[in-house]
Amino acid sequence: MLEKKKLTLEAAKRRKFRREIVGKLAAYIVLSIGAIAMIGPFLWMVTTSLKEPGQVFSFQKNWWEEWIPTSFVWENYIKPWSVVPFARFYFNSIFIAVAVTAAQVGTSAMAAYAFARLKFPGRDKIFFGYLATMMVPGAVTMIPVFILLRYLGWVDSYKALILPAAFTAYGTFMLRQFFMTLPKDLEDAAKIDGCSYAGIFWRIILPLSKPALATLTTFTFMGTWMNFMWPLIVLNTHEKFTLPVGLAYFQSLHHTDWTLLMAASVMMILPILLVFIFNQRFFVEGIKLTGIKG
Amino acid sequence: MKPLKSSTKEALAGYGFLMPNLLGFLLFTSIPVAASMALSFLDWDLLSAPRFVGLDNFITLFKDPFFWQYSWNTVYLMLAIPLSMAGSLILAIGMNQKLKGIVFFRTVYFLPTLCAGVAIYMLWRLIYNPEFGILNTFIAKTGEFLHIPLKGPYWLTDEKWAKPALIIMSVWQSVGGYNMILYLAALQGVPRDLYDAAEVDGANAWQKFWAVTWPQISPATFFIAIMSIIGGFQAGFDPAYIMTGGGPNGSTTTIIYYIYNNAFEWHKMGYAAAIAWVLFVIVFIFTVLQWRFFGKQVHY
Repeated sequence: MLEKKKLTLEAAKRRKFRREIVGKLAAYIVLSIGAIAMIGPFLWMVTTSLKEPGQVFSFQKNWWEEWIPTSFVWENYIKPWSVVPFARFYFNSIFIAVAVTAAQVGTSAMAAYAFARLKFPGRDKIFFGYLATMMVPGAVTMIPVFILLRYLGWVDSYKALILPAAFTAYGTFMLRQFFMTLPKDLEDAAKIDGCSYAGIFWRIILPLSKPALATLTTFTFMGTWMNFMWPLIVLNTHEKFTLPVGLAYFQSLHHTDWTLLMAASVMMILPILLVFIFNQRFFVEGIKLTGIKG
Repeated sequence: MKPLKSSTKEALAGYGFLMPNLLGFLLFTSIPVAASMALSFLDWDLLSAPRFVGLDNFITLFKDPFFWQYSWNTVYLMLAIPLSMAGSLILAIGMNQKLKGIVFFRTVYFLPTLCAGVAIYMLWRLIYNPEFGILNTFIAKTGEFLHIPLKGPYWLTDEKWAKPALIIMSVWQSVGGYNMILYLAALQGVPRDLYDAAEVDGANAWQKFWAVTWPQISPATFFIAIMSIIGGFQAGFDPAYIMTGGGPNGSTTTIIYYIYNNAFEWHKMGYAAAIAWVLFVIVFIFTVLQWRFFGKQVHY
């Protein structure tokens, strides 16, 4: 009797183990098929970017030649720089993304500290005003802001790209929520020691909020870096174009020069990849932070 | 002079900290929201003086066949949302199996979301090229292999296929991104003992999914769906601008693209503002829905 029970237990264990192996194998298969589908287009992009222009159109080739580069026409990566001011696009994109990110994270953190920790008349009403505008689509404010910039004479300037993006309700809201979760004891102790509000903000709140600040920094930077529509609206001169608008402009000049277009695309994606590889943690944590709690 | 009371001091500090953000917020967000409401009652091309036209813009809008066509396009393109969500969930379940190399998969799946933008849209314009794009090459090669003549469609230049093409790209781009990570977080939050209980009752994997996993992650599903719908109503400009120019025959023009054209191509500022407000009302309805359902459930 006892013997039999032991046997079935063991059989159940073995069955469970086998089921786990099958499950894992299935998971690997699904994930690998998915991964191939994700990477494939990128691989093809790199291969195409290294071809002779005529090679793109030829049909008489082995299937693997689509995926593994057989020629290395590095000129494709040099030519775009001489056709459009590519270096300038890079500089503009970096400059604007850094400026917007610094301004947005800085002013949002200050405002969030005021909302989360300081008492002043009208605070809750103002905060409600911030919340209320968060759901307003960008399309609503886009038109009046453009008209405003036109009156100020700022159209086609860096200011037109930086200032409207520098003060957002979203960043303030997100950081305020985070600051609210910080323990108050440290601040109280600092206050007794005669620390000013600026001191508390700088020496206690900010150091404790590194994960939230890093998340906001990463997302703001990426969002600004990729933003296409707004720069397209406010910029006219090529020298001020950011990378996405510059790339679209390059496409309009070389509509069917696929090798050049793909090389330029690779050059646009590369910096983002590098940033991502070094900051992966912030992305994942940030999505969880803003997605579940926001 | 007497020293300031501590509450006055605190209030002054509060205003001081708030001021830079508040000024920018008023100038570039609150005032423009109000101004945009006012704009929607005007006929204004920015060159001649603005003319008050009352509700004319809204009346024109509801009679505008293009507005209805583009609204339909916008909703049609949102077919990508359920497809992408289903894919995200499947991938998240796969990633939740405690496998080796998860970081690798997560990185790979995040790539399309990460690189989203003009470069990716140009890549897909080439992928969809009917003559030598990789997709039609693949379809033709498959046909050769099966000895049946298969020929891919003209994708982006065919009115019937342009929207499906954008949907496929959109699923590819979003399936391994934010939603997958949210789903993964939700899956990791499902209590282990619920599965153990189901196993004791003899449930198989399929039954466990529908009896335990699916109800447990429903808040995440609802959150992702609503956020995607809110985003979906405002989406579609960047890919269409790069890949199709809104065509063929307006078949890929979305509401936001129509707003852009009215405001910045045709300089009909009042009309564009009116469309933007209609868009706002739609988004508002879905935001309220989200608040209704999530007021209590956000923290689970």
